Amino acid sequence: MVELRLPKNSRVTEGITWEKPSEAENVQEVRIYRYNPEDGENPRLDTFFVDLDKCGPMILDALIKIKNEIDPTLTFRRSCREGICGSCSMNIGGVNTLACLKGIKEFKGPISIYPLPHLPVIKDLVPDLKQFYKQHASIKPWLETFTDEPNEEWLQSEADRKELDGLYECVMCACCSTSCPSYWWNGDKYLGPAALLHAYRWIIDSRDQDRKNRLDDLNDSFKLYRCHTIMNCAKACPKGLNPAKAIAEIKKLQLQKS
Amino acid sequence: MDNRPLSPHLTVYKPQITSVLSIFHRITGAGLAVSTVLVVLWLASLAIGEVTFKGFNNFLNNPFILIVLVSSLWALWYHFCTGLRHLYWDMGYGYDLKSVTISGWVAVICSFVLTFLTLLFFIS
Repeated sequence: MVELRLPKNSRVTEGITWEKPSEAENVQEVRIYRYNPEDGENPRLDTFFVDLDKCGPMILDALIKIKNEIDPTLTFRRSCREGICGSCSMNIGGVNTLACLKGIKEFKGPISIYPLPHLPVIKDLVPDLKQFYKQHASIKPWLETFTDEPNEEWLQSEADRKELDGLYECVMCACCSTSCPSYWWNGDKYLGPAALLHAYRWIIDSRDQDRKNRLDDLNDSFKLYRCHTIMNCAKACPKGLNPAKAIAEIKKLQLQKS
Repeated sequence: MDNRPLSPHLTVYKPQITSVLSIFHRITGAGLAVSTVLVVLWLASLAIGEVTFKGFNNFLNNPFILIVLVSSLWALWYHFCTGLRHLYWDMGYGYDLKSVTISGWVAVICSFVLTFLTLLFFIS
């Protein structure tokens, strides 16, 4: 359901303004969403000042610097720091992206950082992605086969393999799904761009033998057809993929099937 | 764990050309459904007779209603242009971000140009 206001316990209050580094010339203001499940308080927006002359170029570098030098309780997910793992997805400057791929210099003025939108928050910038992963599992992200196993690999022509380009690269960072207003309002029933992109990745895999069932499972006014081609997903994807296009292809296959 | 807060969404997400045009497509669609009632009433007044029709025209001829009518006209053209864009998408074309941005701006500009041309046509 469309709900414009946040629930009472979720409204963001003014937070702490942390001390500016002394003698720094090149200071960047960063406002970060904070939520501590143990203090019983509402989330708040803290203000930090980062000395850019002593900081790496990416937003993730700034976050790590803040955690190391200003407030060690700042909580966020990160791992590979090069856009492969998809852990450090968050809402930076109003748009979902990976902190490790976003340059600090791409912004003018203060930078606001929030967790991925419209998700339950575990702590600070760490949202609960349980539902997101459940939806991914629901599309059976594996090869379904009924014929006897071949002696070696399941083979595929080069042309068939090419069909998977632009799909298999997804790192499941959830930037797309949580940028989608339709997913905000109906995330419990609508599968969202990420799960549908994966669904299409298996539907068009030439080695998969369960296409009909896969399409039948998706043929649902909520699971698939809550996509209204808003296209925020493609705009947000830090890997440059296009979930909206994949969803359109699924819709086309549904028509061809019937 | 049920009292976990919900992370901010609409209020913090930067307006994107994609989502803004999409929500306006919906708003104009809903708005047109309402202004269609006005058109039906206008036709009904015509069916009732000359006096009612003239009375209704007098009612229409005030600045506030004129603003409503002109914005409905724009809404019609906007919904038409973005609607064509949706049909094109439904055929599976024009999904790359560059095309999306270009077709979006084209739809917006066309909606204003077409509104202007229609008004010119009515006034002359």
